[in-house]
Amino acid sequence: MGSVSSIIVQRLALGLLTLVIVSFVIFAAVNSLPGDFAAAILGQGATEEAKTAIRADLGLDRPFFERYFGWLGSTLQGDLGVSYAQMMFATNMGGDQLISITDQIRPRFSNTMFLAGLTAIIAVPLSLIIGVLAALYRGSVFDRVANVTTLSSISAPEFFLAYVLILFLAVINPIFPVIALPEAGMGFFERARITMLPALTLTLVVTAHMMRMTRAAILNLMASPYIEMARLKGLSPMRVIVVHALPNALAPIINVIALNLAYLITGVVVVEVVFVYPGIGQLFVDAVKNRDIPMVQVCCLIFAAAYILLNLTADVMSILSNPRLRHPK
Amino acid sequence: MITWFATVLLGSIPGGWLFRFIGQKLTKNRPYFRDMGFGMAFGYVFGLAILVSAIWMYVVSWSTRGATPDTYFFYRVAVHVLLLFAAMGVSFLWFGRLVGTAWTRKMFRSMPVTAAFGILIIILYATCAIFAYFIAPYGQEEVLANANIIPGGNPAMGGDPAFPLGTDQLGRDILSRLIYGAQNTVGIAFITTLLAFVLGVTGGFLASTLRGWTDQILSRLVDVLMAIPALIFALLLITAASSLFTGFGLTVAMVVIIAVIDATRVFRLARAVGMNIVVMDYIEAAKLRGEGMMYLIFREILPNATAPLLAEFGLRFCFVFLTVASLSFLGVGIQPPDADWGTMVRDLSQFINFASFAPQVSAVALLPALAIALLTVAVNFVVDWMLHKSSGLKD
Repeated sequence: MGSVSSIIVQRLALGLLTLVIVSFVIFAAVNSLPGDFAAAILGQGATEEAKTAIRADLGLDRPFFERYFGWLGSTLQGDLGVSYAQMMFATNMGGDQLISITDQIRPRFSNTMFLAGLTAIIAVPLSLIIGVLAALYRGSVFDRVANVTTLSSISAPEFFLAYVLILFLAVINPIFPVIALPEAGMGFFERARITMLPALTLTLVVTAHMMRMTRAAILNLMASPYIEMARLKGLSPMRVIVVHALPNALAPIINVIALNLAYLITGVVVVEVVFVYPGIGQLFVDAVKNRDIPMVQVCCLIFAAAYILLNLTADVMSILSNPRLRHPK
Repeated sequence: MITWFATVLLGSIPGGWLFRFIGQKLTKNRPYFRDMGFGMAFGYVFGLAILVSAIWMYVVSWSTRGATPDTYFFYRVAVHVLLLFAAMGVSFLWFGRLVGTAWTRKMFRSMPVTAAFGILIIILYATCAIFAYFIAPYGQEEVLANANIIPGGNPAMGGDPAFPLGTDQLGRDILSRLIYGAQNTVGIAFITTLLAFVLGVTGGFLASTLRGWTDQILSRLVDVLMAIPALIFALLLITAASSLFTGFGLTVAMVVIIAVIDATRVFRLARAVGMNIVVMDYIEAAKLRGEGMMYLIFREILPNATAPLLAEFGLRFCFVFLTVASLSFLGVGIQPPDADWGTMVRDLSQFINFASFAPQVSAVALLPALAIALLTVAVNFVVDWMLHKSSGLKD
């Protein structure tokens, strides 16, 4: 088993390296352009002295690499700084208490994780069941209906699915609330009910892809000799698929599940905006609109880190579930 | 609704068993019923129950027609639209089989209805986009006398026959903006995809012909760019660009940004396809003839890579189109005053809450989103058919 752990350590190191490079790309993308952020914060009527003061205050006059390593160092220590919006609020309203980005992000991060988790709980079993059934009854009416439905739900933009769900499940049949605002003291079920519409939207987006991959992975194996053997033994089609085909199809399925959870991260942005759900996605979009550089950097880094982590998990899981990859030549 | 669904689901279990049992008795154990799995019997009964209740719901929906809480309005419209689409697809398929050259007739004969429907929709969108100026009754930025005219064109309900879909909060004609939206949204997505393909295919083929350092540098660069989710990266770069550009300049910046991000995905495919072609003997022969790099890429590799690249173009167009629409929906994409579907959805979205007493108002709010969904579905149908045809798969 030594080779397995060494492979995993190797992948982890690679992931870490990717993350460092990505952090550099993120920092460079927003900081190397000749835009004047001091003017952006202060507005158009700012005097030259005020701009210089702000630049010195934010450290924007220091050389690029010094700023990058300073930012990276403090980010690693958990000090994410203060967003421009908070700073502006403090200068205009005269408050001393600056709310740091860490404090702003913490509750929103758990909200986003809750939404993604709820989606995964619904979507993964659902797509596996539909995928197995579509493979079992391939070519039938059920298979074709599932095929066309999933193709349509992959193609539709997230906000379209979201508004259709709002229309039918919140406005015409008031089952779920339109605006998803979880509060601190809510129990799990109450919270799940409030978050259900955004979770269902994401489920529609993700299930399609997972279901199609499950079906394709199983059908890929149906021509192999051992499946033929199982059929000739007289096993029922359900048993052939679930007991014989599914374990061997597991590697690509796990892979595609992890990749889709990574996709959730992107989907979350639009869905959170539609449902006014207080998660990181909404924070990110607001920061983008206000050109709030520190906040944009941090949110982007969090999304990229989650994305890399899930891709890494997909990689490691597919190695672990496949003996041929577990013992490389 | 939920209890009804649960009843149908649970009721189909004994129903399926009974269906198979009766079938076996009536047909004296024909192999079809004798060997039928329980799942299949269950599926038949369940599907039939769903179909019957769908038809029943449609019949009921006619009784609430015109009533103030018109609960089934959207269901009725959806059924009509689905039937219309099916009729359009089938008639276009028959039209294609009868009219045209021998080659197109042959193509239409082997085509499923979904693909024919997709082609028809793409043609309709292209017509709308190209001739928007002649089709649209008003200009896209034209502010008319009355704002918030109710759609439907019925003066008794606050509509106006001159504006069949009504006007928005600023008094702009929604129908005209929808038609111009085809030009702006689809046009920009198309240009972006073209740009992404020029960048990605050139890079990928260069990497596969030159190998060595060029390949290493380009591939690692693409790896890094692909480590950030596309939409997030686009939002990040647009933040940076928004401190330099405003208005139309920002739209151009968005086109370039999305093209570069999507070029990384195209690069991966082009490089993989190119690698397979470069080892062929005819490339070796061309190299020995002393042909230049440009000749190799455009006259030898490109013609042999058209099929996978064309399918990728369709899929990539869908991604780009959805990204552009999402960015516009979030308020950072195509800049006003140009009409565009993503922005229209955001502006009109509040009217969805009126669905229970004024369904046509909220239906108009969904139209731009539906326009986006319809085009991507159509392109996907066509690409699905093309891939199926070129791979020769039957399962």
